[in-house]
Amino acid sequence: MGGSGSRLSKELLVEYQDLTFLTKQEILLAHRWFCELLPQEHRSVEESLQARVSLEQILSLPELKRLIALHRAAVKIAMQSAWPSACNTANPFKERICRVFSTSPTRDSLSFEDFLDLLSVFSDTATPDIKSHYAFRIFDFDDDGTLNREDLSQLVNCLTGEGEDTRLSASEMKQLIDNILEESDIDRDGTINLSEFQHVISRSPDFASSFKIVL
Amino acid sequence: MRYLSEWDQWKRYSSKSWERFIEKAREMTTHLELWRKDIRSIEGKFGTGIQSYFSFLRFLVLLNLVIFLIIFMLVLLPVLLTRYKITNSSFVLIPSKGADIQCTVYPISSSGLIYFYSYIIDLLSGTGFLEDTCLFYGHYTIDGVKFQNFIYDLPLAYVLSTVAYLALSLLWIVKRSVEGFKSNLIRSEEHFQSYCNKIFAGWDFCITSRSVADLKHSSLRYELRADLEEERIRQKIAERTSEETIRIYSLRLFLNCIVLAVLAACFYAIYRATIFSQEHMKKEIDKMVFGENLLILYLPSIVITLANFITPIIFAKIIHYEDYSPGFEIRLTILRCVFMRLATICVLVFTLDSKITSCDNYPCELCGYNQKLYPCWETQVGQEMYKLMIFDLIIILAVTLFVDFPRKILVTYCSSWKLFQCWGQQEFAIPDNVLGIVYGQTICWIGAFFSPLLPAVATLKFIIIFYVKEISLLYTCRPSPRQFRASNSNFFFLLVLLIGLCLAIIPLTISIARIPSSKACGPFTNFNTTWEVVPKMVSTFPSSLQSLVHGITSEAFAVPFFMILCLVMFYFIALAGAHKRVVVQLREQLSLESRDKRYLIQKLTEAQRDMRNRLD
Repeated sequence: MGGSGSRLSKELLVEYQDLTFLTKQEILLAHRWFCELLPQEHRSVEESLQARVSLEQILSLPELKRLIALHRAAVKIAMQSAWPSACNTANPFKERICRVFSTSPTRDSLSFEDFLDLLSVFSDTATPDIKSHYAFRIFDFDDDGTLNREDLSQLVNCLTGEGEDTRLSASEMKQLIDNILEESDIDRDGTINLSEFQHVISRSPDFASSFKIVL
Repeated sequence: MRYLSEWDQWKRYSSKSWERFIEKAREMTTHLELWRKDIRSIEGKFGTGIQSYFSFLRFLVLLNLVIFLIIFMLVLLPVLLTRYKITNSSFVLIPSKGADIQCTVYPISSSGLIYFYSYIIDLLSGTGFLEDTCLFYGHYTIDGVKFQNFIYDLPLAYVLSTVAYLALSLLWIVKRSVEGFKSNLIRSEEHFQSYCNKIFAGWDFCITSRSVADLKHSSLRYELRADLEEERIRQKIAERTSEETIRIYSLRLFLNCIVLAVLAACFYAIYRATIFSQEHMKKEIDKMVFGENLLILYLPSIVITLANFITPIIFAKIIHYEDYSPGFEIRLTILRCVFMRLATICVLVFTLDSKITSCDNYPCELCGYNQKLYPCWETQVGQEMYKLMIFDLIIILAVTLFVDFPRKILVTYCSSWKLFQCWGQQEFAIPDNVLGIVYGQTICWIGAFFSPLLPAVATLKFIIIFYVKEISLLYTCRPSPRQFRASNSNFFFLLVLLIGLCLAIIPLTISIARIPSSKACGPFTNFNTTWEVVPKMVSTFPSSLQSLVHGITSEAFAVPFFMILCLVMFYFIALAGAHKRVVVQLREQLSLESRDKRYLIQKLTEAQRDMRNRLD
């Protein structure tokens, strides 16, 4: 498939296998998808490793539209005009995921290695430590290193769906967040830091099976 | 820069290549996994709850296949090898001594001209031409197979294969359920962390389609609201006055009596239906109309299916009045339905057993069983199990074909009619479907002793059910808002399966150990009961081994062993309680630490401020 220039070299494959949790097949598949996003003339191996792809382009990939999704609430308010209407994706944490894994200065585009990082963290074989670390960063909507009540209420709104009629009422939300903080906030400071989060996740039986993307 | 010695380099290289080899082997074995692609796509479209049902179905297919292989190796293979002259062996037939000649009469009715419909009836009910095949127990009227160097003891192999497949099923189920049990135990502790689990691990990142995502949103909303509601109800219950409590408990007692009465009524109906069917089965086939014959043959199965259809509705109505919290309501209803479904099979087998051991309402003295009506009673019990299995498969196919698909067509194309709009599309109800396949598996476990090929029939049946359910799911179902969590489901399914296994062992034990084996057919014509083979074999051991076996099975060993087991269990329970208390203490200590830290930081900032003020 593709021209001879679009195959990764053996040493690169081995290096990527060592650095991530993905298998050889999964890396090749990811590289194929990534190359499809680049314009025709830039599809050689060297250029594909240097190129950066913007968020919209990644989201327009048909396979990826199913895998990565946009976080609606914050983005809708801030950048409504920017998103093309073709972004019809299902996961409410899309935008947060891309923002967390992106290494570009403006945090809105992913290179191939960012993309591999993303798939590696979400793969079956990643350790629970890594997954909980990245989950914490994804759920931290204001990027301040802790999950406070605002973060938690945004998280709950993501889960229950967009739209005014799908949100929980204010009293229900308060009761819910009080319960969550009671269960996980060990030092009683009103926020959840990384170690408290990891402690809660380690006792959670569903986390491993739900925090993965099936390749 | 540190240089690695040759040895370290080689070690690192070899450990890396070993890891890569393991990974490659794992990749290859995942390709061999049965139905991997189907189950993955179901997981993607419908979430992990429904996917766990299909994984469970796949587990049952594999379990039945392995059970059939055990029976094939131990029982079928020597018989087939000898019958078809593949090896140079012969059958050993010992004429039964000491038994009345009347007990050994086994008339096999074979009419010359077989009408087509009686052929169909034979196929569906295991009588006629199927009765004498290796499908049923009666075919194995062999006392041993003589190979060149040794004699293969077929009766012993038959009993040991039964024990082996029951033990294997138990071990496999327990092994699979250990994971789920651990996580369930954690969760059931005062609803510890149920909210955190739902919020932080609530979104299933496997979901790939828009409509399913919307569904997931609504199911999460439903679950969160239900949990919050349940917490409010629990607080209300804690604030109940004592007279309200008395009223509620007496109401619950009354309603539980009603539940028991309903169960007793169903069991009695099955009892009467079985007796009626057994008595009228002995009439001539030609004297009956086609439909009537089939109706009588299938009467127990029909009554069981009707009872299993009506009782869940009654239980659901009753539980509303018992005023439990919603989560407990669901669990109690499911447990009652499970018990109902699985106990009906036991009632059927007990009815048959009571009919077999009574000659005109008196206990049978001549042969120990009713040899006039049941010359080969094991085959007839096997036929009943075979009929139950076939009827179950027919019902599942019929319901899918004649209820699910028309419903989907009507709802899609006639959606203008209010009635169809309200009715809505079919939901894939996981508990009902799981109960259905556990019911099938329980029949297979009971029936495998009486009908050695039944596990193979069960394997085929479950494969057909897999494809039928998959097609029905993809084309006719919309997912229900009340989702089953994956971790919860696996443990629940295996628990129900374990209940089925325990309920299956009871009638089997009674048939093997209590009821005299039939003298006219089967490998146990020379023994009083089926189980007698084992003591006879033990008596051929050397005397030291014999005394050891007798020691282990005597009361002098069993009672102290049981007491030691109880002590060990008590120790572990106490240990677990102590660990829980330590965890609570450590959590309190952590919160104290952080309070200390905050106090110290406050003091530090105050001191810094003072120092700055003094300097200014």
